[in-house]
Amino acid sequence: MSALWSDVVTAVLVLLAALMCLAAGVGLLRFPDVLTRLHSATKPQILGLMAVTLDIAVTNFSVGTLTLVVAIVLFQALTAPMAAHLVARAAYVTDHLRPDLLILDELRDVRG
Amino acid sequence: MTTVKQRVGGFLSQLPLFLGLVLLWALLWGKFSWLNLVTGVAFAAVVSIVFYLPAVQLSGRVNLWRSAWLFGKLIFDIVRASIDVSWLALGPTYRPSNAIVAVHLRTRSDLILTWTAVATSIVPGSIVVDVERIDSTLYLHVINMRSTAQTDRFRDRVLATERRIVLAFGSAEDVERVGRVRAEEDDAGLDQTTGPHSPVDPQKPVDPQNGAQA
Repeated sequence: MSALWSDVVTAVLVLLAALMCLAAGVGLLRFPDVLTRLHSATKPQILGLMAVTLDIAVTNFSVGTLTLVVAIVLFQALTAPMAAHLVARAAYVTDHLRPDLLILDELRDVRG
Repeated sequence: MTTVKQRVGGFLSQLPLFLGLVLLWALLWGKFSWLNLVTGVAFAAVVSIVFYLPAVQLSGRVNLWRSAWLFGKLIFDIVRASIDVSWLALGPTYRPSNAIVAVHLRTRSDLILTWTAVATSIVPGSIVVDVERIDSTLYLHVINMRSTAQTDRFRDRVLATERRIVLAFGSAEDVERVGRVRAEEDDAGLDQTTGPHSPVDPQKPVDPQNGAQA
């Protein structure tokens, strides 16, 4: 019973993670410009990663895996926004954006 | 010349970060032992000396309940927004419409500004495009924004995140500042978006064709 239960948890969490990666891939193709693509390229995997690591922590529970999982999620969560920010900033500064997709651009008012 | 007292004070103020490095070392090895502790301290010392960075000004104040609430809400937001963005990507009726929103934060602390930027951009749907340190302004690219009402709501959400962070581990001065701004807005009968910190005049309509304020 407990083996079945742990299989169910694994199936749900891994499928959720896979779905997030699929959505990221599709978004990368479907979204129109750099800034929009960044959203799908960097973000849904955070939830996917959280799901996969949570599954590992639950099914192979030990203090060692738990601390490692916490470290992985923490540093992924800290570094992914930085990467996204650098690409976004570079894209904005070099005019790789589609102004027609923006209903509001308050940075242009400042940058001129 | 720095006196011995100043040096000791400087070291003590960085002690939490130093201990954080030791803890990380133990986390990576997956167990706590004396050997890990000793090598962790050695590596933390090497890292802080070789990769020297300007001292972070910690507020010296932590509220555990508020921190737990902050992280709980953050994880909830990540889950909800991930599903939203995934639906945008996979759903049949996607039509792009985004916005770059300036959010004027109330804190003047670099650390809280950084925390707010990371906490905001870890939630899918918003990316930090630029940061103005002088007046603590975040410029965020937000996906799927279709009206000024939505961008105003988004701005409120970021300010609420900032508020939660300040209440969790901001300095007493920042807590007071966040509380004061809120009280002023309540007195004036205004919501946060139309308060003195809002850069957008809500009376001006947004022209979707030009992508700018008319």
